[in-house]
Amino acid sequence: MSGRSLTRRHFLEVTGGAGAGLVLAFHLPGARRLAAATSEQPVLLNAWIRIGTDESVTFLVSESEMGQGVLTSMSMLLAEELSVDWSGVRAVHAPADRKAYGRQSTGGSTSVRTNYERLRVAGAAAREMLVSAAAAAWGLPAAECRAQQGRVVHGASGRSVTYGAVADAAAALEPPSDPALRPPSEFTLIGTRVPRIDTPPKVDGAAAFGLDVSMPGMLTALVARPPAFGGSVKRFDPGPALAVPGVRRVVEIPAGVVVAADSFWSAKKGRDALDVEWEPGPLGPLSDERIREICREKAGEGRTARDDGDVEAALASAATRLEAVYEVPYLAHATMEPMNCTADVRPDGCDIWTGTQAQTSAQDIASEITGLPVERIRVRTMMLGGGFGRRSRNDFVREAVHASKALGAPVKVVFTREDDMRAGSYRPVAWNQLSAGLDEAGRPIAWEHRIASPSILRDLGARLENGIDATAVESAGNLPYAIPNLRVTYADPELPVPVHFWRSVGNSQNVYVTECFLDELAEAAAADPVEFRVGLLAEHPRRVRALRRAAETAGWGRALPAGHGLGCAVSECFGSVIAQVAEVAVADDGSVRVPRVVCAVDCGSVVNPDTIEAQMESGVVYALSATLFGKISIADGGAVEGNFDDHPILRFRDMPRVETVIIAEGDPIGGIGELGVPALAPAVCNAVFAATGRRVRRLPIGQVAIPG
Amino acid sequence: MPAYTISVNGVARTVDVEPDTPLLWVLREELGLTGTKYGCGIGQCLSCAVHLDGEAVPSCLIRIDGVGDRRVVTIEGLSETPEERSHPVQRAWMLVDVPQCGWCQSGQIMTAAALLAKTPAPSDEQIDEAMSPVLCRCGTYARIRAAVHAAAEGGTP
Repeated sequence: MSGRSLTRRHFLEVTGGAGAGLVLAFHLPGARRLAAATSEQPVLLNAWIRIGTDESVTFLVSESEMGQGVLTSMSMLLAEELSVDWSGVRAVHAPADRKAYGRQSTGGSTSVRTNYERLRVAGAAAREMLVSAAAAAWGLPAAECRAQQGRVVHGASGRSVTYGAVADAAAALEPPSDPALRPPSEFTLIGTRVPRIDTPPKVDGAAAFGLDVSMPGMLTALVARPPAFGGSVKRFDPGPALAVPGVRRVVEIPAGVVVAADSFWSAKKGRDALDVEWEPGPLGPLSDERIREICREKAGEGRTARDDGDVEAALASAATRLEAVYEVPYLAHATMEPMNCTADVRPDGCDIWTGTQAQTSAQDIASEITGLPVERIRVRTMMLGGGFGRRSRNDFVREAVHASKALGAPVKVVFTREDDMRAGSYRPVAWNQLSAGLDEAGRPIAWEHRIASPSILRDLGARLENGIDATAVESAGNLPYAIPNLRVTYADPELPVPVHFWRSVGNSQNVYVTECFLDELAEAAAADPVEFRVGLLAEHPRRVRALRRAAETAGWGRALPAGHGLGCAVSECFGSVIAQVAEVAVADDGSVRVPRVVCAVDCGSVVNPDTIEAQMESGVVYALSATLFGKISIADGGAVEGNFDDHPILRFRDMPRVETVIIAEGDPIGGIGELGVPALAPAVCNAVFAATGRRVRRLPIGQVAIPG
Repeated sequence: MPAYTISVNGVARTVDVEPDTPLLWVLREELGLTGTKYGCGIGQCLSCAVHLDGEAVPSCLIRIDGVGDRRVVTIEGLSETPEERSHPVQRAWMLVDVPQCGWCQSGQIMTAAALLAKTPAPSDEQIDEAMSPVLCRCGTYARIRAAVHAAAEGGTP
């Protein structure tokens, strides 16, 4: 036992020294690799910047890299002000530390927005400290010295010194309260196509993800969870599982029964052999049909989120009335790396290695389970094999901490693909009852939108203000179109299926619903869909500009081959605006292909245009999978789909050509990680209408029923 | 447990595992070669693609007792000089800046490398055919196509 502890402690020292997180190989070609344990400690100038006596520059990034390029963008902000040679910069995930970084949670497309000033200030402060330290050593005024690519230079005397040589002295100085930021006209990194800092270790297999964690004495565990949401263990017999070679322990935790083994394969075979019976969920044999009924009933009892004018009177007086029901299903995040977490709970502390989007919440969870103070919970953020909101749930952290506590050993809890797909935390279902009225000139005078959709915030334990989940009405309650009589209501059907943030959250369904129904209004008014929108957006010039740019780039109005159609949609969320025009091709059998998507993105200012383009490609693919096939069905109280055979995602041959036009006219900087998602489904569905005359009022599209 | 000796990245390696253990987990857990990723376990996503005598195959479906004397090459052994990432596909991947989250990229690269070994200048249709089994959730497909073409031309875009 003591032997194992020693080995484990040594492991911790080597991998987690100086609060630096794991020392992983996130380096660029030509940069020197930092030894895992250096004899001379590198100097921490502030929470984000570490300079080694070997001139290494390491940035500690407190946000999670899940593919959105945050290690690169955060490093660009720091390096721009610090003035260092970019090719020598390394970036690692910072440890969880709320004193240094505040609440650590990567979501809501906030990383660049939150840090655009903060990290530049941190970089500039470090630069001024290095300059002051060098000037003091030379006995010269700091004002005569300047920073230049990793050195402090004194122009008049030609003296110069490296950052590494003065880092120790600089760290002893008081940080300046108001360091001078570079004017944007002098930027050399921000706004340019800087290559991703994490690409090299992602092309040779070196990047270390949560599932890659291994350490002496570690057990690998699979958890048998109730097949129905809200169910529980009725009884189990560990015997058959323990009889499988390599299985070490079988214990119950709140989530289910843990089968812990020497390897994944033994744990899997042990869990397959486990003799267990389950209690059903609270609503019994819940099904898709029952969920629809519950939502439909609830929709009539919603609380008012917005109420302009007099909707009843306007609907009664309308020359044309439209009614429609729009439905969206539960959606799984289906990150390519299934959920996992490694935890090591000891009497004196708890170590966690995982790809999480919410480090400080992971600390809170582990603290609650172990009774240890949060300062004793060390969270090391590994690379995330996709996040999309799923990895902020931290259910995997909870399970691993419980398992390690119960077993008294480091435990890696691994979700199989089926576990991951069926674990819940889905984008909620939504039932939408819409009514609208047009006057005789075809102008919309009334709009009513009744939403019934399970509340994410309630599921997370929050109390809903006035019974309304703000995330469930975003892009519906703040509909931008100039319609004088407008009402939006929201009802929360309290279902036992766990729901969670799914890339773009409520926008992911509400932009689909509202932009498709608005298209129906344009049709009823015999108006062009782009011009109809523009006519109702006088107060929203950024949306109009994005729509015009997308339409122009896509060749809106041009002649198309038979079976093809163009559709548009516009959305404003996360501080940015996007308009998308999709081209679809509907085959004779009703199958839908999307050869091209144009994105006009207005995110105010640009940190890295290449990242913006990559995120549009990413958002389009993610949303297109959902639009064409995405659905988690519920039967007998549990999820039906389990793997990529019955839950397809978009494949290589079906990738549309994605063209991104960036609009940056100096508005406040907006987010881009989720921006590509919301408008895609309505643009595609409106294009299907243009191609076939059929409306898509329920997702996923699957096959379109072709008339005649 | 029986012992199996297999050739991995040119080196004979001996492991003691159950005969039905998938090659994927032998590579990851017994040999520490974690560049090969688990995604589905049923051959649907190819995150776990490795070369078996030069063919890109899902290592999650290959039992250890079925490997025999076939040569296994993983992402760690793709380049002749791994520290330089010298394989043309890896060089092209860096030039185009393909990866996002990165989880599927070893499988993508191994599949592309196997394609180019047989078809040095593939058409778009041949790339579609070869790459469609490999799933990516982040939307790197367009860049993969560009990188495969770049690699076919010697690693320049």
